[in-house]
Amino acid sequence: MQLPALVITAPGINCDLELCRAFELAGATVETIHLQRLSREPALVDRFRLIGLPGGFSYGDDIAAGRVMAQLMRHTVYPALAAAIARGVPMITPCNGFQIAVQAGLLPGPSAGARWPDEPAAPTVALMQNVNARFHDGWTRFEVPAETRCIWTRGLRPAPGTDLLPSAHGEGRFVTDEDTLAQLKANGQVAIRYVASDNFNGSIDAIAGICDATGLVLGLMPHPERYTRWTHHPWWTRLSPALRQGDPPGLAIFRQAVAHASRVSV
Amino acid sequence: MPSAITVRSNISVHRIEVRPRRGQADPRGELVLRQIESIGLEKRPRRVDHAAVYLIEGDLSTVDVTRIADELLADCVTQSSEVHASAAAAKSRVAPGVAVVEVHPLPGVTDPAAESAQLAIFAMLGKNVEVRTGDRFDLHGVDSKFARAIAERLLANTVIHAIHDVPYLPTSFPHGAPYTLAIREVPIVKLTDAQLATLSRDAHLFLSPEEMHAIQAEYRRLGREPREIELETLAQTWSEHCVHKTLKSTIRYRELSGPPTSDAQWSLATVARNRPGHEVQPDGTVVIKNLLKSTVAAATHELMGPAAQGGGIDWCLSVFVDNAGIIAFDDDWAVCFKCETHNHPSAIEPYGGAATGIGGCIRDIMGTGLAAKPIAATDVFCVAYPTLAEVPSGCLHPKRVLTQVVAGVRDYGNRMGIPTVNGAVWFDNAYVGNPLVYCGCIGLMPRDKIRGHVEAGDRIIALGGRTGRDGIHGATFSSAELTDTHADEFSHAVQIGNAITEKKLLDCILAARDRPNGPLFRGITDCGAGGFSSAVGEMGSAIGAEVHLERAPLKYDGLSPTEVWISEAQERMVLAVPPENLDELKRVCAEHQVDWCDLGRFGTPERELVLRWHGTEVGRMDMRFLHEGNPMPVREATWDAAFAASQRYAPPAPTLVASGRFKVSEKASDLAKTLETLLEHPNISSKAWIVRQYDHEVQGMSVVKPLVGVSGGPGDAAVLQPVPTSARGLAIANGLATGLAADPYLMVLAAIDECVRNLVCVGTDPTRIAILDNFCWPSCKDPRNLGSLVRAAEACYDGAKAYRTPFISGKDSLNNQFVTESGKTIQIPPTLLISGFGIVPNVANCVTMDAKCAGNALVLVGTTHGWLGGSHFQLVAGLNDGALPETDLIAGPATAKAIHAAIVGGIIKSAHDLSEGGLLVAAAEMAFAGNIGLELDPVKAPSPRDLDVPIVAKCFAEEPSRYLLEVSYDDLTQLERFLGDIPHALIGRFVSAMTLKLNVAGDTAEIPLDRLRERWANAGSGSRSQ
Repeated sequence: MQLPALVITAPGINCDLELCRAFELAGATVETIHLQRLSREPALVDRFRLIGLPGGFSYGDDIAAGRVMAQLMRHTVYPALAAAIARGVPMITPCNGFQIAVQAGLLPGPSAGARWPDEPAAPTVALMQNVNARFHDGWTRFEVPAETRCIWTRGLRPAPGTDLLPSAHGEGRFVTDEDTLAQLKANGQVAIRYVASDNFNGSIDAIAGICDATGLVLGLMPHPERYTRWTHHPWWTRLSPALRQGDPPGLAIFRQAVAHASRVSV
Repeated sequence: MPSAITVRSNISVHRIEVRPRRGQADPRGELVLRQIESIGLEKRPRRVDHAAVYLIEGDLSTVDVTRIADELLADCVTQSSEVHASAAAAKSRVAPGVAVVEVHPLPGVTDPAAESAQLAIFAMLGKNVEVRTGDRFDLHGVDSKFARAIAERLLANTVIHAIHDVPYLPTSFPHGAPYTLAIREVPIVKLTDAQLATLSRDAHLFLSPEEMHAIQAEYRRLGREPREIELETLAQTWSEHCVHKTLKSTIRYRELSGPPTSDAQWSLATVARNRPGHEVQPDGTVVIKNLLKSTVAAATHELMGPAAQGGGIDWCLSVFVDNAGIIAFDDDWAVCFKCETHNHPSAIEPYGGAATGIGGCIRDIMGTGLAAKPIAATDVFCVAYPTLAEVPSGCLHPKRVLTQVVAGVRDYGNRMGIPTVNGAVWFDNAYVGNPLVYCGCIGLMPRDKIRGHVEAGDRIIALGGRTGRDGIHGATFSSAELTDTHADEFSHAVQIGNAITEKKLLDCILAARDRPNGPLFRGITDCGAGGFSSAVGEMGSAIGAEVHLERAPLKYDGLSPTEVWISEAQERMVLAVPPENLDELKRVCAEHQVDWCDLGRFGTPERELVLRWHGTEVGRMDMRFLHEGNPMPVREATWDAAFAASQRYAPPAPTLVASGRFKVSEKASDLAKTLETLLEHPNISSKAWIVRQYDHEVQGMSVVKPLVGVSGGPGDAAVLQPVPTSARGLAIANGLATGLAADPYLMVLAAIDECVRNLVCVGTDPTRIAILDNFCWPSCKDPRNLGSLVRAAEACYDGAKAYRTPFISGKDSLNNQFVTESGKTIQIPPTLLISGFGIVPNVANCVTMDAKCAGNALVLVGTTHGWLGGSHFQLVAGLNDGALPETDLIAGPATAKAIHAAIVGGIIKSAHDLSEGGLLVAAAEMAFAGNIGLELDPVKAPSPRDLDVPIVAKCFAEEPSRYLLEVSYDDLTQLERFLGDIPHALIGRFVSAMTLKLNVAGDTAEIPLDRLRERWANAGSGSRSQ
């Protein structure tokens, strides 16, 4: 049976289509629900087995990227989302979704073993303006820490030449204090890094994405949902047919989560 | 937001500053410091700190304000906030030795961040407040006079910003006063010609004497004076911008005998007989009825006609009638394309001008048929050289114009989630006072939704943004001529857009379109130039409309009915909605948080336009006169080859020859130096600094991106896969040959050929390409400019028919010149942008321009005659002679077909078209994009047997219809079969050595690929201002 995935949209969210497509290619069925409606009926979240918070410019990214949307979610759908994660539902939040998640109390989440608080926690990590203060669209090489708990990225080792992900953002510089950083590393909550030489936005420790302590919630600045076909690759016309076999790394990330969700009993 | 003008007892303005914590980076401050450095003043600040400033007016407790500061405005990990209760408190925080400048939008200027903050504060506290935002810059080690100068040059545009040199905290915000109706009549019936002319100019109507006479006659017939709102409606509806009256009018064209240059020689009179709408007079003049219909559109209709008469194209679904032209994508889907210019607003406020330009073009797509979904955007800019030292008073510096238009397209396109996938930048100092900003947009729609209509009884529903005074007179302004005082005179025509308002509008309209029981609306169009007046006027032209203007939601109080009617406030659409669908439409709007209003009803007994204000009639006009009453006088056009030749593309561009960087010689080493110089020319060098600021991959459709290969070389065209379940692709490219402006006929043919070449190189089927025309001309009141426009239009006819690429939509901007303080007129060179899109049968067959593999052969297809006129070689060499390249209308299309066949045949490893810079530039680009070395012998370039073409010309001529192909040696014989008798030659070989090796009959020169790439890339980044 195909797993139902929820994709949350809102004014300014604009990467919902590619996120839906990625879930579908990975074998899930998708329903997109507007934050307006979800705020009125948070219980709608309960029947979904996967959740996606897409990229874009929610509410124009005014004040700061994701700030307004995060505020609205803290007061409305946070409890329903936290409950879903506690039930074992994987959630992915690329780009603007990541910026929202860290301000809505969804990432990095409670420490290992602790339950999700009823009130969203105050942010402990931030995604700030890129070092060059400019929006940048480009593909960068990435690596997945061997020790990560993230059920989305764990064990991902694409062939050289295919191990890239696209990013497109102006506020993706990962920032946090030393203690939080130490904890994230110790708990295997660093889900994905830029290869040091490709750390274009100046993130601490080249961190491109983190997960919560259970590894279910992935937040990352790159867009795996934009690397689900080989023709997405920036120079696919020079990749040998042998390299273009199987799932592109972006799609592989979604497959891993769908496979994980299908093993979770609800 | 509510602008209460009631008693405001507890209401006061609070000031909050947000800045990085100590120890945290301040990228914005550092960016400003870099920008200051880039202008190269001897004095500069030690450091620049940035802080965001929020002014909040409302009934808020100290606790409220602190919560807003800490929970909403500041990031608790990296930022700190400061609340200032009083102006004095704010001022007291300025450190010694520091000069403060603050930049705040002027009252009435759209402030998107403020609108979002208001929304979030309401969600947080349940309180309605009014917010204004600003930016504070602390400049260390400079005085405030210097700081203000910096602000005016880099940080603010006084057309839309106020600059303060102390922290700004007003006691209250300005609020509009309620409007009391006063119906103003404009006496015109008794005016003399001189008085009519004065009225037309002073009231910013910009109507011709003939048009003012027609209006006077109409109101004499009616026996009354026009009301202001009626006159304004006529001015909007009859503006060049809205009706293209020049291109649609009758033109009397004659030719002066020019200097005997081969290209400028041929006479229209000799060929006009076989052209629709053309009549040759005994005296040799040619009378052309409706130039547009007789040339650009005529070609399309002939191509769509019976196959027996050269037609047979059945995939054009809607041409010239809607907001965009529509072609079939496959059996279920259609794609549409529209390209607009937004030149005059961008000259005065480049950021807002470009942003509202792309915003308006996106709305055209949303307003096509029963609404299309925008899937891609394009942008082409024509500006003066960023190195220009002095600019005339009233002009912004080209460097600032370019960085700001790029920022405008970036911020609007990225927020809308529409990938900007194709574009170009062309530099010429003649654009200094009147830069060109082309914005294109492509839409995808189901084939059963390509046509809308309006029925009597339909409600007139306006969706989206609120109406304010912004953008009033945009349409008439765009039809005027820019002068050094326009920035002051027309500041109201300039505006800032709010992309999120438009994104909500888009989501809402697509939801209303895709209802299970069909669309909730029958017709839709956007509010562009002329605002409601042209949107409602057009939709109701056949049946009339009754409009209740007081129902439009306003940004602030105090607007008159006339202002509401003609305001060009952004992000608004007008829908024709059957009454029975109103309730469901309201629900959809609520879901998407989109404002809507019911302005009235389409259809009146007398086919009139009736305007009311709280029931009182404020205007009444006959739709016939409004839409058919324009006198359309006969216009005079003269072809003066000598005058055209004076517009030759040549110095004064920066000539590098003086610097002794290279000699014009045939020695391999000199040719190599010339190549390096050309790679650095702004027209040729990398545009990566622009492309990478655009999210060109959003929506996940990209197949071929703007930058291709391992090191991001210049792709020829972008390819999208718009329907995920179909392997079909849509390719997008453009052609621009302003270098040939001296002969507009040749210029247009070269542009069409370039557009086709670009598309074919990535795998587009040349029999499935549709194109758009965007004319930007200097004033066509000058018969010589209208003459060159006529020849350009004739080329559109010949080119479209020869390549079988129908024009499906177009736009013209015919007053692009700038009058300086001293009265000198700077005309832009005649500029025609050809935008094109076409079908790629299967994206798996797409080809990119980056070289793939050492050991492959490089084949040059097409003939080189040695026509160096208008080339970049001549430009950088400081030369200004040589024949302009001609386009062979038989060989060009045939070559395109053959190349496509070879690509489909699967033997082409990479393909690149020869354009700016010629053969060596194109070959070098292929090599460094793929990081594969190349040995090249330009002498082998095919040329006519009877011609001895100099090597310099073979290397650098920019002649059309030429391609470079990479193929494996094993496939050469197969390639021969595809090319048949089309001239071609094996001119090089890709090698493992990381160099480009020129071999000119034994005389060789070698350049490392890295150096070529750096020249190309760094020069590109040099043209930006940080």
